[in-house]
Amino acid sequence: MSPLARRLAPLLAIGAVALVAPMLLPAFKTQLSFLWIMVCFALTWDIIGGQMGYNSFGNVLFLGVGMYLCAVVQRDAELGYFPGLFVGMALGAILAVAVAAVLGSGILGLRGHYFAIGTLGLGIAAGEIASGWDYIGAGSGLVTPQYPGDVDTRKMLFYYSSFALAAATFLTLRHIYGGRFGLAINAIRDDEDKAEAMGLRTTRYKTMAWCVSAVFLGVAGGIVGNMIGFIDPRDVAFAGPTFGVWMVLMAILGGRGTLWGPVVGAVVFHVTQELFWTYLLGWQRVALGLLIVVVVLFFPLGILGWLRERRPELFGHRVDEADGGARP
Amino acid sequence: MSNLDLLIQAPVLSLQLLIDGILVGAVFALAAYGMALVWGVMNVINIAQGEFVMLGGYVALFVVQAGYHPALGVPAAAAVMFAVGWGLYRVVIYRVVDKDLFISLLATFGLSILLQQFANQVFGADVQTVDSGLGTRFLFGGMVTVAEIKLVAFAAAFLLGGCLVAFLRRSRLGQAIRATAQNARAARILGIDTDRVYAATFALNAAICGAAGALVIMTWIVHPYLGLVYTVRSFMIVVVAGLGNLAAVIVAALGLGAAENFAGFLLGAEYQAAFVFSLLVVILVFRNRRLGRQRKYLK
Repeated sequence: MSPLARRLAPLLAIGAVALVAPMLLPAFKTQLSFLWIMVCFALTWDIIGGQMGYNSFGNVLFLGVGMYLCAVVQRDAELGYFPGLFVGMALGAILAVAVAAVLGSGILGLRGHYFAIGTLGLGIAAGEIASGWDYIGAGSGLVTPQYPGDVDTRKMLFYYSSFALAAATFLTLRHIYGGRFGLAINAIRDDEDKAEAMGLRTTRYKTMAWCVSAVFLGVAGGIVGNMIGFIDPRDVAFAGPTFGVWMVLMAILGGRGTLWGPVVGAVVFHVTQELFWTYLLGWQRVALGLLIVVVVLFFPLGILGWLRERRPELFGHRVDEADGGARP
Repeated sequence: MSNLDLLIQAPVLSLQLLIDGILVGAVFALAAYGMALVWGVMNVINIAQGEFVMLGGYVALFVVQAGYHPALGVPAAAAVMFAVGWGLYRVVIYRVVDKDLFISLLATFGLSILLQQFANQVFGADVQTVDSGLGTRFLFGGMVTVAEIKLVAFAAAFLLGGCLVAFLRRSRLGQAIRATAQNARAARILGIDTDRVYAATFALNAAICGAAGALVIMTWIVHPYLGLVYTVRSFMIVVVAGLGNLAAVIVAALGLGAAENFAGFLLGAEYQAAFVFSLLVVILVFRNRRLGRQRKYLK
């Protein structure tokens, strides 16, 4: 196999499995759709949380913005179902990017824990404002329009849209991490002051990274809103305690700052969640808190980070056998 | 903005809002002082701060439900939360003290979710309150009403704060805590068991928050999801006041209480929480911008 084929083979294999998965497991279409949404969540969080070192607790903001705008377009623009849905998703993504760009210059100036807590406040403030704003349904939420076909095609539509979104996110990130942009945001993570001193326009790169994160989350918002069918301001749109925390946890579980880490983390987390969560009878969120504490304390490098430490040769790092014991 | 006209026409209403705000601010000051203590001594930002307040409220609730006088709830909450804080330090927090700040932030964030959801499962999601059995005072010919329990809570908060300051200044352990805050390594060399000092600091913080929570449930309400807003208030107050400046903490807390009350009245009660969280973002960005002019940032 040529190197290119070897690199593309796993992607093609995953893509092929993903395309036939809803036919093989017809009962799990919704769960599978959410699997791809989770992959998208973890990947978008990792852009700034892992690659850039800015730990955001408020990325769920963009999800909610996209979700609400999509639903409002569907409700008010009277375009028919499909044009309304796609125009809504596109506009949702644009608004999410606009929000990221406007807030970015101020928020991204904060560093470390100030950024983390500032974004935490941002996400919750958005949820509180949405639940007081009558135009978007206030606390009683918004219902997305009825799908004009049978239940099964609806599930297929949202399955393939979420798969397409996850694939687009992954391929885009793979492309940009390989180039100058990836190097720039990694430099910001490693030492922002030095990066700036070397002439890197750090604020511009940081805002761009946040915008990339926002665009995919904005689209994801449109899909999730329609898939669930009901938008509650605090529990679905700006769902800090669920989606917002899962994003962070999945990325850390898989391995922050790697391309495949968030994907692995999202799959592991989502599968565990679907398998075991229902047996916990309401204690799921307690378990979620416990899981965060345990992962952070005992497993901060994540699955891929741990593998990289144990088997560096798998990641293309050469280990010199002569002084093999010297590795820290 | 019809409420603004109301305020202009009846200035005495502003006085009412101001008094209520300042009285609630004293409780914020307690939680904020605890956060500043842990932050300054251990370099850990405790996101679970508000959950300690919430749990303290539930302890007071159980004390009253068991048939004791509500005033007993405050020391009981402080004692129980001291034990909880010590336990959490021994299980979780001691592992993160010397680590990267993000690790400690995320670990306490996980703790916050854990405690919040635990309270939701065990105590139920209902809003709880405790009747203190105190009356209401009328000032200015009945135009301004002040619930006596708020005055009591205000005084109790200051009393507790005073005790804490005296403890840190005078007692041997308090001196050890301050020494560790100044230089942990030097303190270790001089024979201070810093691990014990950290445990005591964290437990003391939990106890203060627990006492504050007992005052909260007697004066206002407590429910499982109350925590985060107290954490954010504490953080905001500490960011504005700085670490280790008690007078500034009090001023900032009372100011925040008053500002929140006015915002709740002007924007409507449904936006009061939105105001708190937005104010946090605005304060952080504003302070950072000001530092940015000197090529500095919030550290």
